[in-house]
Parts: sequence; structure tokens; C-alpha cells
Amino acid sequence: MSDIILRDDIPDTMQPDQTGDGRSVKTVEIDSHSLNFGPQHPSAHGVLRLVLEMDGEVVARAVPHIGLLHRGTEKLIEYKTYMKALPYFDRLDYVSPMCQEHAFALATEKLLGIEIPERAKWIRTMFAEITRVLSHLLSVTSFALDCGALTPALWGYEEREKLLEFYEAVSGARYHANYFRPGGVAKDMPVGLDERIAAWATEFPKFVDTLEAMLTDNRIWKQRTVGIGVFTPEQALDWGFSGPNLRASGVPWDLRRTQPYDMYHEVEFEVPVARNGDCYDRYLVRIAEMRQSVRIVEQCLARMQPGPIKIQDTKISPPTRTEMKRSMEALIHHFKLYTEGYHVPPGATYTVVETPKGEFGVYMIADGSNRPYRCKIRSTGFAHLQALDELSRRHMLADTVAIIGSLDLVFGEIDR
Amino acid sequence: MGDLVASGLAGRLGAMAFALSTGLEGVLSAAVEKGELVVHVRRQSLPGVMRVLRDDPRYAFQQMMDLCGVDYPDRPERFDVVYNLLSVTLNQRCRVIITTDEVAAVPSVHRLWSSATWWERECYDLFGVLFSDQPDLRRILTDYGFEGHPLRKDFPLTGHVEVRYDVDRGAVVYEPVKLVQDLRNFDFTSPWEGVMTLPGDEKAHESRQGIVAGPPGQKR
Repeated sequence: MSDIILRDDIPDTMQPDQTGDGRSVKTVEIDSHSLNFGPQHPSAHGVLRLVLEMDGEVVARAVPHIGLLHRGTEKLIEYKTYMKALPYFDRLDYVSPMCQEHAFALATEKLLGIEIPERAKWIRTMFAEITRVLSHLLSVTSFALDCGALTPALWGYEEREKLLEFYEAVSGARYHANYFRPGGVAKDMPVGLDERIAAWATEFPKFVDTLEAMLTDNRIWKQRTVGIGVFTPEQALDWGFSGPNLRASGVPWDLRRTQPYDMYHEVEFEVPVARNGDCYDRYLVRIAEMRQSVRIVEQCLARMQPGPIKIQDTKISPPTRTEMKRSMEALIHHFKLYTEGYHVPPGATYTVVETPKGEFGVYMIADGSNRPYRCKIRSTGFAHLQALDELSRRHMLADTVAIIGSLDLVFGEIDR
Repeated sequence: MGDLVASGLAGRLGAMAFALSTGLEGVLSAAVEKGELVVHVRRQSLPGVMRVLRDDPRYAFQQMMDLCGVDYPDRPERFDVVYNLLSVTLNQRCRVIITTDEVAAVPSVHRLWSSATWWERECYDLFGVLFSDQPDLRRILTDYGFEGHPLRKDFPLTGHVEVRYDVDRGAVVYEPVKLVQDLRNFDFTSPWEGVMTLPGDEKAHESRQGIVAGPPGQKR
């Protein structure tokens, strides 16, 4: 044994155990070290840079670095007319575009003091729910993907494709719809779309069953999620949680129910609330919400009546193409609306909607000109990501990935 | 009663506004604007008022949903800091507004609501508003080593530096912004409905005031 050369520069704890010296069991101390997670990591859901202080394989501290996708949306909106500001909202949370347009449209309508036609409200409510399914599908399945289940993600994409076709049918775009406008919606639904949506609504619950068959009672899935990242109701409220993440912690709070907008006060649905506040409950709440969304879509289809789809005030809604070809007035209005835009009376409002991720708010200040003076976007994920340190403390590194997946983060809206 | 309605003090929110404006130290004014409760608070009194708003069972604002800055460069205290509070038990919202400038620090509320830390960091980053008693006042949204506060009204839309990857140097380089053409910021405002008063058209303009949106002749 004498020919083993022990190097001086290797610390004691790294030395191989010497045989026969009576120290067969040795305490090994591993220094706390930091680990860079992302911004290119597939489980970082985009561009999250997470600096983890590790104590062995246990997370001692998680410091998120955000802003890698910061595009200055709020600054840009201050330089655009109200109509031109709207498409920026599609690009925030790019998996639930229409819900965010909804917040901006409602805020602008509130400042303008206008009431939109009933059909527009039904269409908006329905597409907000379609958007909710669209977002939850991606959220749940990519969460499963983070935990090692590949199949739900592939199957989920197929279902999402059907919904994106509805998006395309009404707005012409699969993602950046620019469909909900202040004063209504851009265009009426094309003929036959209601039947296609109804057909989808009858089929979709079966897919949710399949998805649940793969995950809900899956032993591996439960081992990865049950009891991981637990938040009490008090903690969830303290950290500004909203939406499914808040309801998973046991707070029965849904803006569609408590502060209804558009047609949510007319439709029947249940608000799923879980009890434990762990990753598994956040998953369960989203699954249950998808089923409720289908219910709302069906009610919207049943109760929708033909009628105008935007406010009939020519100073706010642009004229139709055919009108423009014949009427000089319409042509002038079209030109003025698309160059100068309409003026919004001075005032301020904080208008919120329940997006798939939670409370999405627009705090808008109008100064009477054709541009917002200030448009603050209250993004949901910002608050959720902030709590990541608290949620993942003393968890294993692999659990941090599960927690990020369960929070449903999208960096387009967090970084704005 | 008519006066109460006019000053926005009717109803449940109005009663709360009345209670806040009369019964709480440090509240400058409280009113209901467009159905939303807006409370103006003196900067130094903020922590005390916020604590009452959170803990008093009449208000019970358990959540701070949003904090943001607003810049009014013409005012002596140029910034507004706006807090949007939410009570999930009483289903009510409240907006607390304080004013500050570039040097006066705003008392931090992160001990009342943990979620305040990042919003305060964001407000500091984008406006340069300082928060006292906030141990983690780092930039959050802008680049590492960024200079300036982009949401101030005097910060140009294009910024000051641009970033590109330089193939020759094999590194990412920062350079002053070079615009190939001037920033196109058109003034579309023209004598359309009620935007400005044309000479000799004052009477017609006044009669339109009821329906038009903007105040006349507003400078943009």
C-alpha cells in the first residue's frame, strides 16, 4: 500500500479511504455550490435563468434571473394608438393570446364607457374558454414532459391543433389572433364554425379521460408530484398567487365567478378547488378546469344569437370593407381610425380577467389622447415565479423542475 | 345624498372611501373613480396605512396584486407609485397611490406582502424609484449592467445602446444606437371630431363637447 501517492492539493475528504486504518466509515462534507439552470434548459420553460445554491442534491436557495425576453412592451404601448397596442397582448403569454386581449379590450371599453353587443360578449366568453383549454393542455402536458412522460405532450399537441384551427377560422392567425378588440371582436365567426366547435366539445372530454388515465393514478407521476412544492392558503395569498395555483392551495377564488365580466354571470360552471397545494393538486385543478371550460363553450354555443359583433359607433369601430367601397364617410372613418385612432377620455382603471394562469390585469391611464399614457401589465407568472425560492427550498433538484412545471410559467408575460 | 353620489361616496365602496379618508392617519383622499376605490396616501404614512388595510377586518386586503410606477415629468414629485390590493374574503379591490421623486425613498411593504419584493424591484428598474428597507433592490427586467430607467418619459423609445454579435471579435458587443432613419413618430392629430377647435368653429365645437372624447387642443 505504500506506493499510493497521496496528493497534497486534494482535500482530505476527497482522499480514497485507506484500508486497515480503522476508518471504514467516513463523513464526507460537500460544500454548498451554485448551479446554473437555464436559460437554455428544456425544463426552464423558455428563458428562465435559475441560479441554484445546492447543498448536495438539495436546493438551499433558488434565485431566478428573469428579463431575458424583456421587449419593453409597456414602453412600446405608450407610443401606439389603442388599436395598435392590442397585438402586443398576444405576444405576452403566447399560449393564451385571446385572454390577454380580453383584459386590454375590457380596460379600454371601461375608459371609453361603452357597452358591447351581446353576440360579441358570447363570442369572447367562448373563445376565452377555448383559450383556457389551449393553455391548460400545454401546461399539463409539458409539466408531464418535465417529469419524464413524453406521450401526453405529443397527444396534447394534436388536440391543441384542433383548437388552433378555430383560432385561425375566426381571426386568420393560429396564435397572434388580434381578435378581441375594444368595442367587440374583429369579425363574426365564419359559417359552420359553431358546428365544428360543438363537435369538438362533445369529443374533447374523452381526450381528458385519456389524459387522466395516463397520469392521474400513475404511480411515477404521483411520486414526482404529491407533496412537492406545498403552499398553504396563507402563503399563496401572501405571495400574490392567483388562478389555478391559488385554488390548488384551497382558496376558492375565481374572477369569473366573483367579479364576472362579459357573459360569465350567465353561464353555469363549477370552480374546482383542491386542498393540499402541492404540484399534484395544481395538476388536478387544471384538469378539472378543462372539463368546466367545455361546459361553458357548450352553453355559449347554445345561447348565442345572431346580431352585431361590434359596437355600432363609427367613431370607435372601423367600417366594413363593403361599406368603404360605397360611402365617403366610411372611407374617412376608416382612414382616421387606422391612422389617428380614437381618443380615450382621461381616467384610470385596473381591469382584470381570469386568464388560464390566473389574474391578468391591465392598469391603464388615459390622458384624453389617442395613446395610453401608461399601460401597466400585471402578469400572473411574475408573482408565481417569485415564490419559486420559497416553494423549492429543501427540495431535490429534480423536484424544482416539477415545481416549475406545475406553476405554468410562460416567459413572454413574465418578462414583458 | 346627491353630493355623496357626485363625490363618489355612495354605496359600499363609497362608505369605505369615506371611512378611510376620515378615520385613518396619513390618507390624503379617498374616492370611488369608475367604480374603483382610489386612496391617495402620504408617502411617510404608507406602512401604517397598508398595515391597517391588510389587518383590519373591514378592509382585509390579503393580497397585493400589483405595484407599478407612473411618470409625470412636469410635476415636482414626478412619480406615482400605485399599489393594487385585493381582498379575496370581502371581494373588493383598492388602489393606493403615493407620490415620490428620484431621490426620496418609498417605504417598502415587502414585510406585509412577500410578493412586493419583485414588483418593487421592477419599479426601481424601470423608473428609478427607491424603496427603503428593501434588502434586494436589484434590477430585474433589464440587461445586466443596464444604465437608465426605461419607462421614464424622458427615456427614448429606442434606448441608448444596441447589442449585436460581432463575428470578427467573436463576442457580443454593445454600441450606441444608430438609426438608419429617424424614429417615425407621426402626429396624426388633425381637425377631426373634437380634437381641436378650428378658427371660427368654436360654437360647433362646444356643442360637440358632450360626445367627443378628448379635451380640445390638448398638447401631445
